[in-house]
Amino acid sequence: MLRGKQSWWFENRPVIIGEATVVGPDEGDGPLAADFDLVHPELDMQQKSWEKAERLLLEQASEFAIQNAGIERDQLQFYIGGDLMNQIISNSFAARSLGVPYLGVFGACSTSMETLALASLIVNSGAGSQVLAGTCSHNCTAEKQFRYPTEYGSQKPPTAQYTVTGAGAAIVANKGEGPVVECATIGKVIDLGITDPFNMGGAMAPAAVDTIQAHFNDTGRSPGDYDLIVTGDLAGVGHPIAKELLLKNGVPMNDTVFGDCGLMVYDVQKQKVQAGGSGCGCSAVVTYGHLLKRIKKGELKRILVVATGALLSPLSFQQGESIPCIAHAVAISAKGG
Amino acid sequence: MATKSKGRHNYKKMSMSPKEYQAYAKTMEPPRSILANCLKAFVFGGAVCVLGQVIQEMYVHLMGMSEEAASNPTVATLILISVILTSLGVYDKIAQWAGAGSAVPVTGFANSMCSAALEHRSEGLVLGVGGNMFKLAGSVIVFGTVAAFFVGIAHLILGTGGQ
Repeated sequence: MLRGKQSWWFENRPVIIGEATVVGPDEGDGPLAADFDLVHPELDMQQKSWEKAERLLLEQASEFAIQNAGIERDQLQFYIGGDLMNQIISNSFAARSLGVPYLGVFGACSTSMETLALASLIVNSGAGSQVLAGTCSHNCTAEKQFRYPTEYGSQKPPTAQYTVTGAGAAIVANKGEGPVVECATIGKVIDLGITDPFNMGGAMAPAAVDTIQAHFNDTGRSPGDYDLIVTGDLAGVGHPIAKELLLKNGVPMNDTVFGDCGLMVYDVQKQKVQAGGSGCGCSAVVTYGHLLKRIKKGELKRILVVATGALLSPLSFQQGESIPCIAHAVAISAKGG
Repeated sequence: MATKSKGRHNYKKMSMSPKEYQAYAKTMEPPRSILANCLKAFVFGGAVCVLGQVIQEMYVHLMGMSEEAASNPTVATLILISVILTSLGVYDKIAQWAGAGSAVPVTGFANSMCSAALEHRSEGLVLGVGGNMFKLAGSVIVFGTVAAFFVGIAHLILGTGGQ
């Protein structure tokens, strides 16, 4: 169970029996378009508000995940979810339509792996046999809540990131076919005093470094044990910082492929997304949409997903507070791996 | 590949102080070209002014207004154009290129009000649109008024302004 200081070892090998992703138009224009279950051509998805559109993404992702797992909705025992909205309304409202016992969590953009780790913990301990983990974000709800009205003309600096419109959901079960959740490392809140909300990658990089190092210290594994290690949404500014810091601390990151979901979900050169993608949906749609498919195809045997979150609120940064950040890591491997 | 290396690691904690990290992170930011941004702002902001002049000339020559009488409908026309572009979802894309060039003219002010009104329409007309329309423009009005007040006082003391 507990391994080292802050990691959970899942000796009963919980399995991801079904997962699904639903995204918006910009993600549909990106390089991973073919991996998503559904691409909405419009940002509003014919809903009356951005908030409703975000909720719809999650409802659809959950529904597809249930279908892909080949189970019935009432076979789910628990649902763990979270998002970026105040009072995590997207998840609470989606849980209302889902009708499954629900735990709402908040970890900003680290929610994808936070919920997957918790779902795996429940299944591993025997407190549940089929648990759904889900998260979502919408570019326009995030703009509206954290920045300016979506149509407001403000020039974004090159360090800014583009919130992913998308939802990802995965069902973790005690038996079945699919990739295995091996272990998870829960991160500490790290704050090195970055105050610029337009440089989240730079703020979050030290949190990712801390969690990755803790993961190796706790598990005795090395970067070379993974075919791929991805951070959640450090993007063009934060990812090189994280890599440099890790190498400086003596972690042999060159033994693995070290990527970032925020740089994978968009074509950063062509699409106008500044430094890259961000948001709860970013690591969720890349992991559940793209990476799990690569594991199933046999292209990857074992991966480590380190979802990064900036735990700020519009209030805290207006009051001049710095940005506390967190990262949670989950190791996923092919069934026989 | 699936072999577990069981060697214990003890990777050390971040050795940087927050100050050192902030300075380091600053060096990792891609540079913003001030010169190119100034140039773009000048070109777009200037183009808005030229457009305004063209509109004013049209009111003077086609509708027989005096130059002074034409200024109000000119501003209204620019606002209308800005509101239409905002509603079509174009203005924010222009602004990413033009920067201050699209923010400073009256079109930017109109965009700030229109975008806030659109954004909060889902929360109702009174608390949504009414309550949030001046969310961004409000501080311009507040500090504009305060500045005008102090300029007025200065004029009064120096005996330079007013009739």
